[in-house]
Amino acid sequence: MQGLRFIPSGTRIPFTRFRMAGIVISSILILASLFLFFTVNLNYGIDFRGGTLIEIRTKDGPADLGDLRSRLGGIGLGDVQIQEFGDPSEVLIRIEQQTGGEQNQQRSIQLVKETLGDAVDYRRVEVVGPTVSGELIRDGTIAVVAAIFAVLLYIWFRFEWQFSIGAVAALVHDVILTIGIFCLLQLEFNLSIIAAILTIVGYSLNDTVVVFDRIRENLRKFKKMELSDLVDLSLNETLSRTILTSVTTLLALGSLYIFGGQVIRGFTFAMIWGVVVGTYSSVFIASPVLMMLGVNRDRGGSPAPKLKEPALRRT
Amino acid sequence: MLHFANWKIALITLLVVGGAFFALPNLINSKSLEVVPDWIPHQQINLGLDLQGGAHLLYRMDENELIEDWLKTIRGDARDALRKERIGYRGLALSIPKRQVQVRIRDAAQLDQAYSQLRELSLPLSASVFTGPAGNTLDVERQDDGVITLTITEQGLQQRISSAIEASIETVRRRVDAFGTTEPTIQRQGRERILVQVPGIRDVTRLKEMVGKTGKLEFKLVDTAVRGGQGAESGRVPPGSEKIPSGDGFAADYIVKSRAMVTGENLVDAQPGFDQRTNEPVVTFRFDTQGGTRFGRVTQSNVGKPFAIILDNKVISAPVIREPILGGTGQISGSFTVQEANDLAVLLRSGALPAQLTIIEERTVGASLGADSIAAGQVAALIGIALVLAFILVSYGLFGIFANIALAVNIALIVGALSLLQATLTLPGIAGIVLTMGMAVDANVLIFERIREELRTGKSPIASIDAGYSRAIGTILDANITTFIAAAILFWLGSGPIRGFAVTLSIGIITSVFTAFTFTRLLVSQWVKYRRPSKVPI
Repeated sequence: MQGLRFIPSGTRIPFTRFRMAGIVISSILILASLFLFFTVNLNYGIDFRGGTLIEIRTKDGPADLGDLRSRLGGIGLGDVQIQEFGDPSEVLIRIEQQTGGEQNQQRSIQLVKETLGDAVDYRRVEVVGPTVSGELIRDGTIAVVAAIFAVLLYIWFRFEWQFSIGAVAALVHDVILTIGIFCLLQLEFNLSIIAAILTIVGYSLNDTVVVFDRIRENLRKFKKMELSDLVDLSLNETLSRTILTSVTTLLALGSLYIFGGQVIRGFTFAMIWGVVVGTYSSVFIASPVLMMLGVNRDRGGSPAPKLKEPALRRT
Repeated sequence: MLHFANWKIALITLLVVGGAFFALPNLINSKSLEVVPDWIPHQQINLGLDLQGGAHLLYRMDENELIEDWLKTIRGDARDALRKERIGYRGLALSIPKRQVQVRIRDAAQLDQAYSQLRELSLPLSASVFTGPAGNTLDVERQDDGVITLTITEQGLQQRISSAIEASIETVRRRVDAFGTTEPTIQRQGRERILVQVPGIRDVTRLKEMVGKTGKLEFKLVDTAVRGGQGAESGRVPPGSEKIPSGDGFAADYIVKSRAMVTGENLVDAQPGFDQRTNEPVVTFRFDTQGGTRFGRVTQSNVGKPFAIILDNKVISAPVIREPILGGTGQISGSFTVQEANDLAVLLRSGALPAQLTIIEERTVGASLGADSIAAGQVAALIGIALVLAFILVSYGLFGIFANIALAVNIALIVGALSLLQATLTLPGIAGIVLTMGMAVDANVLIFERIREELRTGKSPIASIDAGYSRAIGTILDANITTFIAAAILFWLGSGPIRGFAVTLSIGIITSVFTAFTFTRLLVSQWVKYRRPSKVPI
């Protein structure tokens, strides 16, 4: 039983020849993302903005959004957003943070329950007060920055500094583009998106490390080869794996996105986007950055694997 | 890389079978599990609040209230100490933001004496690992102009907060237990917070009402000097009396004597019951000896007067004392429903909270949404796995079968590990498992691609497989450790559902690397051993 080869072996795609195009496209996308972030900004969920979120399901037939809007708009809770959530009978109600401290947040739930009564099923209630939302913003930012730093250190330790700059450039690229797409589509940005971003950091890195590993190996194998040819060779050698793993991960994520329910749809969307962007960036960002920085070819990394190869040949 | 010692084969098999063994209880529903023999593990994965429904409530204790209470006690103690020594003073004032009590001694000659008296109010703290070397509860300082300040020390405050939080946790636990749900968790978080998680709770509104009430019970005499003690909306409150609103929110405020005659601290028991004459739900209570004596004395000398029963500064009712109550027991009526009477009894039995608790974060999931999430998660997981299995089979043929068996083992190991660790499975956690499915094949993909490459260089099948494994290991470790770092940071900083995701992702990374290098390799090596292949179908 022979497997199919989706990617023919021995491809010779001159990736590095397109590197300027890649860098230009990415730069434009990054600038666009930053522009969107500073103008329209993210659509922060209650985790970061504070406030109340109530998910309801009507007991008889589809929900009348207009009616809900007019009933909940007039009870003095300020900005109330009403939105269908996955199913015509399911509705998400978002209420802005109430002024006057933590106690007043609880009042909005009471008022909504008094207004809607027992005609609906309250599926989910989330209230995040001002103290906690501030902490979540802080912790989320720390988490992403700490993850990027930890990875920078790990790659530096395992490879050389040029590699870690290349890897981190790709990561920052992925994180910024993810924030960009969330700004563009105005999808809700909440705690689970931070989790998705951290997973993207891990995944994108996974890809980059596999390519870097091959570059390092080829650096030892082909001491005289041009760096651009060597990077191309390494990218082509790992291409099949890159595509295969991306496809399996996307199959799993796609299934989650379609069948996993509305609650985690934003989370899976971020992850799907991250896998696509992460795969792209390990080819078109990490490696070109590495090439621009140049590699110290005399040292060629730690000596231990060097000994391994001849030892294997002899047996 | 292809030779396995027998003990290694045994160990790998044992681990895989063990993992499956611990995963087993999850396939059985919990009712049938009761009849399963004891030697089979019974631990199922804990479902998170987002899957089984329930309430997550983060409370913050009002630190200022605690400080204020304490400063009032200090002020009282200082007043008593100075009076006892007949030291003249002015302006005994407290400041909550500064956490201090200040007093000006009139006669400079008495300053030394006052200082040494007031210093005795500062008590030594017990030393502990957490607070460092033991200090005192108060910093007592004097200035030349005759002012003495008593400031609560940071350590003293911390210890006071700690003990208040611990006492609150006990109180909250007694209240939550009254709901009879399985395994609520009540734990301290940070300096002044309590996290209450109650799985499967239906009536969250009632839970919040029960937990959030301070539960301070006081008996105060109604000031009958003011017309009836009630209806004095604009009337002046005489000194020594205070205005307290009525509990039902409709009746007018009550004017009562400020001094509490008896308080809830003297209660030993409270039970819901019915009034023997009116058959109305009531709460009957019993005082300890001291409380009983005091209650008896007050009722004896105030027959015919209304006696206000006050809960958290609201008058529940103010019945007229018909006869002295000497037995130390009594009943509270206040047109309760049966449930209200029951809740009040629980509240009184559980004791009062040292300070007000305020909800600063709430996440409540109804049972219906939880069930929907589980169903959606299951469907997504099954379809996702099916797609991945099919894709791998098509990509790698026979080796794809090996990889797919490994994937199945992987799932069993993840489920087994989650059950054994009693980790909590959340909806993002299910996403983590599905994502791991996609990523778990990565290790095998790396190895198989490497084997293909080695075959192309013209090596023999066995040498290629061998080289494929030995060369891929470094890459696989590097690639997975970086993902693991991200997952660990997520676990460290995340909470609730997110943490559940970090847990499944980390476990998934470990098991996928483990299975790729032990189990799949074992399958491949056995295949090589028995087939002696001349060609590798990969």
